[in-house]
Amino acid sequence: MQRRCLIDRLMQGLLLGSALLSVCIVLMIGLFTFLQSRLAWQSIGPAAMLTDTAWRPGSGRFGLLPMIAGSVLATLGSVAIGVPLAIGCALFAAEVAPAPIRALVRPAVQLLGGIPSVVYGLFGMVVIVPLIRRIPAPGNSGYGLLAASIVLAVMILPTITSIAEDVIRAVPREYKEGSLALGATEWQTIVGVTLPAARSGIVAATILGIGRALGETMAMTMVIGNSVIVPAPLTQNPLSIYLSPARTLTGNIAVEISYATGLHESALFATGVTLFVMIMVVNSSAHFLLRSKSR
Amino acid sequence: MRQPALSWTPSTRLRASRVLRQGLAFLLLWAAAAATMGALLAVVAFVGVRAVRVLSIDLLLTPPAGGLSGEGGISTTIVTTLYLVALTVGIATPLGVGAAIYLTEYAGQMDARRKPALLLLSIARFGVETLAGVPSIVFGLFGYALFVSALHFGFSLLSASLAGACLILPVIIRATEEALRAVPQAYREGSLALGATQWQTVSGVVLPSALPGIVTSVILSVGRVVGETAVFYVTLGGSSGLPRSLLSPGRTLALHLYSLAMDTRAFDKAMGTGAMLVLIIILLNAAIGLLSRHMLRTRG
Repeated sequence: MQRRCLIDRLMQGLLLGSALLSVCIVLMIGLFTFLQSRLAWQSIGPAAMLTDTAWRPGSGRFGLLPMIAGSVLATLGSVAIGVPLAIGCALFAAEVAPAPIRALVRPAVQLLGGIPSVVYGLFGMVVIVPLIRRIPAPGNSGYGLLAASIVLAVMILPTITSIAEDVIRAVPREYKEGSLALGATEWQTIVGVTLPAARSGIVAATILGIGRALGETMAMTMVIGNSVIVPAPLTQNPLSIYLSPARTLTGNIAVEISYATGLHESALFATGVTLFVMIMVVNSSAHFLLRSKSR
Repeated sequence: MRQPALSWTPSTRLRASRVLRQGLAFLLLWAAAAATMGALLAVVAFVGVRAVRVLSIDLLLTPPAGGLSGEGGISTTIVTTLYLVALTVGIATPLGVGAAIYLTEYAGQMDARRKPALLLLSIARFGVETLAGVPSIVFGLFGYALFVSALHFGFSLLSASLAGACLILPVIIRATEEALRAVPQAYREGSLALGATQWQTVSGVVLPSALPGIVTSVILSVGRVVGETAVFYVTLGGSSGLPRSLLSPGRTLALHLYSLAMDTRAFDKAMGTGAMLVLIIILLNAAIGLLSRHMLRTRG
């Protein structure tokens, strides 16, 4: 009797210890990153960092604008390509596909999500970049935002597809049956009933995908060209901005951290904080949408 | 389609146009699914076909030549990957599972009067939710600044596994919490009513029925560590030799792929390494599939 109570106490203490340690680690990561970036924010100033178009650590210029533009444009491109495909795929798997094909789609999407990002990056370098290089435009090397967007689109597909599929499946059967009973075709039911009912969940899935796209690092450094410039169209066509090379916020950290010291290092932490804030904004809007749905 | 042929259909033209529109829309959905499947097939098949040129027992058994030659095999990188997975998962699993048990089985079961426990619970939830969305390179940045430079562990297995543990800790906590919450409350009440202590209930009743879910989360984190590049790129160093101690640098399969593609442009070798990575992920997915089928069978 005494002994098992002692063990009970002991285990409770041990578990409490691991919970406290985990919470400390979690808080420490945030705190540490913010503290390390303070030097940069103070000596350069947030306004200068966020609006300066030049990043030249050697001559004391630490503008994040090129990287912010690179991250945002690559993410937008991937959303434009990936989201329609993902939602189509989710609708297909949840509503249209015959059972044997449906049984194939799910594990395939899961596998697609598990493939390491460097493998996608490699595929992009070997297959997609040479294809893009064939587009005639002055200064088009193949490496750039378009290659990055395509690779990212494939990487966010599984995230969005699997969540959107779950959300579409969760739409109550009665809704669809009511619509079908009124004589609507299946497609009219999907457009008029299923999609509106699943809308907020699909938006939330998209936003989680955006978060993933903003955070992707190594595959981006492999195909985006990594030049620190604010992307600009290569020809008269404004869409040719996507042929321009760029650098992402994540890539900026990965490429430079191992030799950075002092103010440069702190500026890289500020890059991390900027990224963190962007993703927080994106993710909290996802939470907000999910919550307003459950009410 | 499910439409009965009704004699009072408003106009056959309208109906024909609705059916046509549905056919077109479904065609597009089929196309979207085919494109996704196509992307998967293209990546896996391309990597596989290109890898066949270089994959051999030799490749698996010789160490990389190092430098910028791109010659040699991948033996040491496989071993380093195994070391790193074992260390990272070994550090994060006990901590994460322990924390999740405390949060759901102790703090989560307490009544509203125990303020500190509930505060801990909400801080932990917030932290774990937030960290789950933080990009891995931020963990790398943190790991580099703290473990590599401030604590002077240098580029090493130790720094990398500690940073990696931080990365997968939220994943393990979240998944374990979910597995624990799926255990019916009646199980706990039954055990407590028989006079078992809280720990006897947790270890004898709750953990055994949550085990498949916990194991799944650990396998998922193994996959995460195998495929992770950004964190280890800035903490593990990248020398191609075999690590001799916790403090020596190394190179995982994923890092080796990156270095082959970016530094030496040895794309065929990189494809071979990529094929190994994909193979590992397929095996891990199969393991998870088996586990969840097992779970379904035992839960009925």
